[in-house]
Amino acid sequence: MNLSSLALVRFLPVETHFGFIRMRAVSFILSLALVLGSVAAFFTMGLNLGIDFRGGTSIEISTEGPADIALIREAVTAVVPGDVQVQGFGTEEDVLIRVGEIDPEVINPLEGFEALDAAQAQQAVQRLVTTALNEAIPGVSYERMEVISPQVSDELRVAGATAVLVALFLMLVYIWLRFEWQYSVGAVLALAHDVIVTIGFFAVTQLQFNLPTIAAILTIVGYSMNDTVVVYDRIREMFRKYKSLPTPQVLDMAINETLSRTMLTSGTTLVALIAMAVMGGAALEGFALALIWGVTIGTYSSVFVAAPLLTVTGVRRDSGDSDN
Amino acid sequence: MLYFARWKIALILGTILLGVMFLLPNFVPESTRYGSDGTPQGVWSTLPSDTLNLGLDLRGGSHLVFQVDMDEVREDRLVRLADDVRTVLRNQPAILTAAPAVVEGRVVVRLSRPDDLEAALDRLEDINEPVSNSFGQASLDQTLSIEADEDGRTIRVAITEAALEEIQSRTVTQSVEVIRRRIDATGTTEPTIVRQGDDRVLVQVPGESDPQRIIELVGTTARMTFHMVEANVDPGPDGQGRTPPGVIILPQESPEEPFLAVQRRALVTGEQLVDASQGFNESGQPSVNFRFNTSGARAFGDATAANVGRRFAIVLDDVIISAPRIRSPILGGSGMIDGGFTVQSASDLANMLNAGALPARLTPVEQRTVSAGLGQDSIERGQIAIIIGFSLVIVFMLLAYGFFGIASTVALVVNICLLMGGLSGLQATLTLPGIAGIVLTIGMAVDANVLIFERIREEYRAGRTVTNAIENGYQHAQSAILDANVTTFIAAAVLYMMGAGPVRGFAVTLGIGIITSVFTAFVFSRLLLAGWLRLAKPKSLPM
Repeated sequence: MNLSSLALVRFLPVETHFGFIRMRAVSFILSLALVLGSVAAFFTMGLNLGIDFRGGTSIEISTEGPADIALIREAVTAVVPGDVQVQGFGTEEDVLIRVGEIDPEVINPLEGFEALDAAQAQQAVQRLVTTALNEAIPGVSYERMEVISPQVSDELRVAGATAVLVALFLMLVYIWLRFEWQYSVGAVLALAHDVIVTIGFFAVTQLQFNLPTIAAILTIVGYSMNDTVVVYDRIREMFRKYKSLPTPQVLDMAINETLSRTMLTSGTTLVALIAMAVMGGAALEGFALALIWGVTIGTYSSVFVAAPLLTVTGVRRDSGDSDN
Repeated sequence: MLYFARWKIALILGTILLGVMFLLPNFVPESTRYGSDGTPQGVWSTLPSDTLNLGLDLRGGSHLVFQVDMDEVREDRLVRLADDVRTVLRNQPAILTAAPAVVEGRVVVRLSRPDDLEAALDRLEDINEPVSNSFGQASLDQTLSIEADEDGRTIRVAITEAALEEIQSRTVTQSVEVIRRRIDATGTTEPTIVRQGDDRVLVQVPGESDPQRIIELVGTTARMTFHMVEANVDPGPDGQGRTPPGVIILPQESPEEPFLAVQRRALVTGEQLVDASQGFNESGQPSVNFRFNTSGARAFGDATAANVGRRFAIVLDDVIISAPRIRSPILGGSGMIDGGFTVQSASDLANMLNAGALPARLTPVEQRTVSAGLGQDSIERGQIAIIIGFSLVIVFMLLAYGFFGIASTVALVVNICLLMGGLSGLQATLTLPGIAGIVLTIGMAVDANVLIFERIREEYRAGRTVTNAIENGYQHAQSAILDANVTTFIAAAVLYMMGAGPVRGFAVTLGIGIITSVFTAFVFSRLLLAGWLRLAKPKSLPM
């Protein structure tokens, strides 16, 4: 039996000869536009921060029969003055109520809520809302409730930003140790590109930006780095093998040779993530969408940004022989 | 690269077997694994018997973080320090001073005569006691810093930074103990109560969908004291009446009598109470019954004998809950509080009195609650996502690599078994983001295989024999696989260190997933291909 017939489709050409380096002017401009656009979106549209990062109360309820959002909004705003969002999500019976961080001054005049501090005021909101909903919506059930005090959300913001920066720094150091500083700079620029463009994605789509989003960003950093390292590893190998070929040509050969692997791995990862986005329910949807976007961007940046950047940072062709 | 010594094969298969063993309990109902006494029975007493440890977001429950109010504790300490300073200076022969006052975190005392400075400093050294740790050794020599001003008559006494840290650490530890006793008494199963950071306590209660109940249980200090009522002092309509020294005005939970003047000194405190329980009074109302310990019974008996006809106040966290009149001396050492309780609130209070007062006020700063229904729903959706993701990836690999795709499918199945077995064995918490981590691992796990297979293809195209191509493929893919996985592992490690709760669960699955992926792709699939080469002796590469 000829086992090779089992490979039903060969959906990638075995050998490719794309001129990625020739296109670098185009890809650099595209990336620069993406980065600038993301920065602009971040500053003009802002992020839709979840309560992890802005403090406040988030309550997911489910009702018997289709939810009357207007009625729920009315019931909640009647007891809680201020920043209230009521929106449906998932099925018709599911409603998400978010109340922004509330000033204790607003709550203190209410009967039984005197002299609360900032953390207690957020707890009071939860009690007020659940009491009002129990009355207004018979048969309401509380699926998820989160209350984050301003103090904790401030800490989480700092921790989140620190985590991303620390991860970038460690990658820089690792690549520096394993390769040369030129690779390290190229890889981390590409990573910063991915992170910024992912944040831009959250600004444009106004998807909720919360603690799992930081996890998604770090995963994207890890994934993109993974991709970049594979290409870099091949570039380094090619440089040793073809000492006389011009740099751009070697880079192109390395990218092309790893291209089918790049596409396959991105393919399986995206397929798994799409399954998660479609089947995983509302709680995982945002997380999965972020990862789908990030994996796409990470794959693009490894091929079109990280590798061509080596022509800019200027790798030393004669080095690194000793470490094999 | 393709030769495996016997012991290596045994080691590889043994590792997989171990993973499967740890995974197995997840497919067997709990009643089969555990006997009625809660210990593993039958084969499960020798095999691993723990299932995946589901996080609160999957099993439902409440996660709360409480902040210990250290400012209040510090303030309290300073007031007591001021008392000590006064007492030690008033000892005969008394050193004349203005009343010691707490100013900007220090006790300031001004001597009437500068000549007394030396003597005063000497006496203050006496209250500068070393703190001993739990082994009875002195862990701090100096708890106070005592300084005299340049004017020669003002002395400032402060608690040292190190002593404050010691106090903070103790306060948090004690809080954890008291909370554990209180929550255990409610009969909740498997609560987690641990210190978090310097001044926080994490409380996780699986299955509790009403966080307010925990907040009430933990947020009440439950410091109970008994005081004599000063009927001669008018508390005023708003509690602002003038009071002689040693008398304070406290609010009361009663509309007819919103304030009462009581003696500052407590007759008996909550520490002298034992055996509190919920009961009913003569008129059938819920009440809290209690007994005093020996010293409490004596103190209370003496006080009531001397004050028949007067009233005493039962004070809980600076609020009077009841102020009965003493009809006859209470000598039996037991008593009853009735103050408009419900059965629930009476039994909660009894529980808190038994567990002891919290050493500080605790405020909830973070609260996350998930209903059991939503948790179950998340598990089901997660399972579907895993199965579909898994199937799609397999189809993808078979299409791309044909026969070699089968090898990577077997490797992927082993990988997932090891990952789930590892999570069960380590008893790492699986959260909803953790499930996402598994799905992601399924997608990324084939990467190492892909790297190797692509390399094998190249080597084969370059004219090598099948065996050589496979050999070289593994050899050359090695450094890329290592570097690529180390970087992802760094990201997971950073996430583990910086992240909290559910996100940490994601970092754990991602991290374990990376290790199992490298093992299955680099070690296990190589063993598979080596076996295939020996058995099939292929002339051409089937992919």
